Amino acid sequence: MHPAFSVIFLTTLIGAGQGLFLALYTGQLYSVFNLVPGQDSHTFYGYGSLLALIFLAMGLLASFFHLGHPERAWRSAAMWRTSWLSREVIVLPSFMGMTFLYGLTHYLGFNPVLFTISDVFVVNLTLLLGFLATGLAFLLFLCTAMIYACVKFLQEWATPLTVLNYTLLGAASGFTLATVFASYAGIQLVSFYAGWAIILTSLAFISRIASLIRNSLIKPKSTMTSAIGIRHTKIQQKSRGFMAGSFNTREYFHNASAVLFRSIKWIFPILVFVLPIMILSSSTGTSSFALFALAFIIQYTGLLAERWFFFAQANHPQNLYYQTI
Amino acid sequence: MKQLALVIDLNVCVGCHACVTSCKEWNTSGTAGSMSDFNPYEEDPTGTFFNRVQTFEIGEYPNTETVHFPKSCLHCEEPPCVPVCPTGASYKRKEDGIVLVDYDKCIGCKYCSWACPYGARELDEEQKVMKKCTLCVDRIYDETLPEAERKPACVLACPTSARLFGDVKDPDSPVSETIRENGGYQLMPEWGTKPANHYLPRRKIKMTIHKDELTRVDNPLNKERQLPMPGDDEQTLDDIMSW
Repeated sequence: MHPAFSVIFLTTLIGAGQGLFLALYTGQLYSVFNLVPGQDSHTFYGYGSLLALIFLAMGLLASFFHLGHPERAWRSAAMWRTSWLSREVIVLPSFMGMTFLYGLTHYLGFNPVLFTISDVFVVNLTLLLGFLATGLAFLLFLCTAMIYACVKFLQEWATPLTVLNYTLLGAASGFTLATVFASYAGIQLVSFYAGWAIILTSLAFISRIASLIRNSLIKPKSTMTSAIGIRHTKIQQKSRGFMAGSFNTREYFHNASAVLFRSIKWIFPILVFVLPIMILSSSTGTSSFALFALAFIIQYTGLLAERWFFFAQANHPQNLYYQTI
Repeated sequence: MKQLALVIDLNVCVGCHACVTSCKEWNTSGTAGSMSDFNPYEEDPTGTFFNRVQTFEIGEYPNTETVHFPKSCLHCEEPPCVPVCPTGASYKRKEDGIVLVDYDKCIGCKYCSWACPYGARELDEEQKVMKKCTLCVDRIYDETLPEAERKPACVLACPTSARLFGDVKDPDSPVSETIRENGGYQLMPEWGTKPANHYLPRRKIKMTIHKDELTRVDNPLNKERQLPMPGDDEQTLDDIMSW
């Protein structure tokens, strides 16, 4: 497939935004149980949610560049019964809205106790809003990944690993971002977030390498024989029917050189996994904003390459019909 | 249940591209607006087409066979492009099974084109909406046309009648009959899309003539009943009287 930069930015930006929100809420949950020191609602959770919202909004903005008719984008919520894209269109703004409410209630310090469970566990408003937003964040990972995983003849995508990768990669980049944010706004949580970022990045590493191995073993279901229905082992295209380009030759081929394609396959794991883990683990104990920011920038750049490779690697069966001029 | 479709006879197609040009001509003049072209007479031209004819070589030289292969939307019975559309612009008509795009609802997200294994959909770069073969839906029901012309433009244009049009769900229709009797098949059956368009395979046409078939063994009107039979090199009455 031809990697579209609008979609690359959309999926990586909202992934980091979702991950950052999950990190904030994880921090709040831990502090409820007194496992980590609680942070200031106003400066930490309030501004943290704002940062997450900025990432989500940038992702949403990027998605509009993918559309031929952005002014009709509102129509895309209609087919949620059948289309994962439609579901994503509903869940993304819902998640943004819930994150906004979560951040706003924190920012204003409006946090009444709603109810208590077994007279022990006190549920207040931000805890409940965060819980709902967490559900929506995971739902959004599912919707985003299923857009690709549900297309069964794009065999590189049609696997549960796609869902796992999107979730883990988004969470990993979000927790790295949370480490950067904590080194700026909530110094006590730096090593907490850095630790989780290392764990999630390692898990994402395992899952992404698993999908790379799986994809290298794929045997394409569609062949020349099934494409034109002629039973013969030697079928060669002599003409695709036109000499100039068309949508079919632009949309489904990545058009990158084999060298570039192969090198990105090796570069992105280093940028997404190896370097950030090295930086994060070597800077625990310190709280250098610059180092953590570097780790996030490297990881995010790597994620852009990862997403590029995700699209470029998918081999569409229609390409069988467009092998030669 | 009605399912209109094309049946394309690969045994007959000569690869003349008349269906390609007639499709473009009819559909670019339609009410839905033109099928835009860019740089048509310059370097790197591109444009929107619903139908293409491709050429494949089967076998190894010198034992090869050339197959011309017209490809357009197959109007699947289980179209994978329809459920993925987020706006409902892409739909399959209940009354005749034609898969269509509502150009006023399409947001141009291209997701349906990703979900079509055949590459049958093309984004019109000028209107920024997804387009595809409509089976000339604006033509086949047009009662101002003579009944013989209420067929897709490609079918009418084909000089060798390689393209047949009809209801593949009606077992008595000519298309169903030819699918049954000439081994009609579907493309990429492995994805369960159940394409409505069928293709007819190449067929070996051989004729074996035995020696006794060269002379008239049956002689229903008792003509030439001369005994003894004239030899092969002798004149018969037919040779003299055939003026």
